[in-house]
Amino acid sequence: MSIYPKNFRYTREHEWVRVDGNTVTIGITDHAQQELGDIVFVDLPKTGTRVEQGGTLGSVESVKAVSDVYAPVSGEVIEINQALATAPEKLNADPHGEAWLVKMRLSATKELERLLSAADYQAYIGAEK
Amino acid sequence: MITKVRPHLSPNERLLFERSSPGKVAYQLPKLDVPAVDPGRVLGSENVRADIEGFPEVSEVETIRHFTRLSLWNYAIDHGMYPLGSCSMKYNPRVNELVARIDGLAWAHPYQPERLAQGSMEVMARLEAALAEITGMDAVTLQPAAGAHGELTGILLIRALLEKRGNPRKKILIPDSAHGTNPATAVLAGYTVEPVRSTSAGMLDVAALEGIVDPDVAALMITNPNTLGVFEENIVCVAEILHAKGALVYMDGANMNALMGIARPGDFGVDALHLNLHKTFSTPHGGGGPGAGPVAVKKALEPFLPVPRLRRAGKKWAWDYQRKHSIGRVRAFYGNFGVFVRALAYILAHGGPGLRNVTLDAVLNANYIRKKLEAYFDLPYPAPNMHEVVFSDERQAEKGVRTGDLAKRLIDYGFHPYTVSFPLIVPGALMIEPTETESKHELDQFIDAMIAIAGEVERDPETVRAAPHGTRTSRADEVTAARKPVLRWKSA
Repeated sequence: MSIYPKNFRYTREHEWVRVDGNTVTIGITDHAQQELGDIVFVDLPKTGTRVEQGGTLGSVESVKAVSDVYAPVSGEVIEINQALATAPEKLNADPHGEAWLVKMRLSATKELERLLSAADYQAYIGAEK
Repeated sequence: MITKVRPHLSPNERLLFERSSPGKVAYQLPKLDVPAVDPGRVLGSENVRADIEGFPEVSEVETIRHFTRLSLWNYAIDHGMYPLGSCSMKYNPRVNELVARIDGLAWAHPYQPERLAQGSMEVMARLEAALAEITGMDAVTLQPAAGAHGELTGILLIRALLEKRGNPRKKILIPDSAHGTNPATAVLAGYTVEPVRSTSAGMLDVAALEGIVDPDVAALMITNPNTLGVFEENIVCVAEILHAKGALVYMDGANMNALMGIARPGDFGVDALHLNLHKTFSTPHGGGGPGAGPVAVKKALEPFLPVPRLRRAGKKWAWDYQRKHSIGRVRAFYGNFGVFVRALAYILAHGGPGLRNVTLDAVLNANYIRKKLEAYFDLPYPAPNMHEVVFSDERQAEKGVRTGDLAKRLIDYGFHPYTVSFPLIVPGALMIEPTETESKHELDQFIDAMIAIAGEVERDPETVRAAPHGTRTSRADEVTAARKPVLRWKSA
């Protein structure tokens, strides 16, 4: 059984997207948290921030490195996961669930078509290794 | 077997805060024999600190012993080999220090009038000339205070030249085998970064490069030899590709210890480069002293160099501030002068043939280590290496031991670790640079230690995973330290 939910879409920069009508929830993938190692700090945008697809949404810092998180789609940030400010370790424990990063209001549904399916993403990270 | 003797005192040293006892002082001044002045009244009360909470009160001998003991926990090049790849941790000859302490040089002041600073200016002029000759370039600025500062200066010079030609352009190309500071430099100078992949031989992919050099490319930032310790054999061709499109070639000269006296960047198409005097030219490194990152350029970039420039005025040296195309100052005064004195002393003590020997010995030492260790550690890029060699932990990883673990175990054998997990294009990298200053005896001890550790990984990987065992503290909990940092001491 795959750990990558089939109803998510993925980016080559290792973010995932879950679509609920006009709202999307965004996080980083299990592969990303594994590569980063122990995560110690998560920097997220303010609600109301508008981001273009591919623009910087925030950053995730681990003991090894700081990595930017890129917006998988364009839109407006409507909610951020406050819990990560005091408990960044949740990103290591449950990256596809409890440790989502932001929710955004989607501005162009068409952009979702450019994202990868779970199977394509798994093939991609397989090839990257 | 631990062959290197380590008389490492490990007293359980308390913090000075914990030693404090009210009223203790380190030094007693004689009784005041002039009228007392209220500092708050003359300086303004907002500028006067009433008390520092919890400031330790200790005696002189306690202070001296405290810091002396702490210093014994250090590892330094004066203790033994320091094989930190990419850093050229060579021995700092004592004659450098002797020369730097000559009164007229040691006590020179940047506000001294030119006529009283001719000796110091001559030192700088000679160093500029020597570095220009060594690199095959036309002009040198000594101002940048360190390597990354030199990079920024160099890219700003390139930007200034391109702006004058009418278009600063948008992108800097950076191979994935370059130094980590290069992308940061490009962004700081207002460019976007486009990475260029290496071939499986560990060199720049010339065909791929040809496809991506377009009119938006301002420059290529190349480290040569690159971070794999491999010389970019196609550098002349690479430079031609860039130049044909009006772009420039910047070289990160951090690895000049592999070229000095053998090959000159100016002869293989480089337009600008920086040198690290604290690497190649043996001046103190890291906590031991400030660095210096002089930038050498070709004629076309010379008008843009930082002011002031040294200028010959008759029989004297003068500072020239009137240069309308200059990018301006990049450093207060003239740079880290004490470092210049040491670097010039090093260059003159060796002379041309001596510097050439430095390079040959540095390359020989790295290849000796490679030959002796390649049976024990995976060598991901088999291309000939120069002054450093990069292994990977692939074989040891099968036993659950990673490069960081091997490095920590090396501490138990009396050596400073090599560079861990860099360059990024080698997963689990062990980057080893011995420099020319290590004797065969020291190299053999290092090699024996590495082979012994490789054996431990096979027999008893847990010992390696839990290393170091011989230090006062073993592994710090880096994760908790980063997640819940304690930044200030508080009394219990």
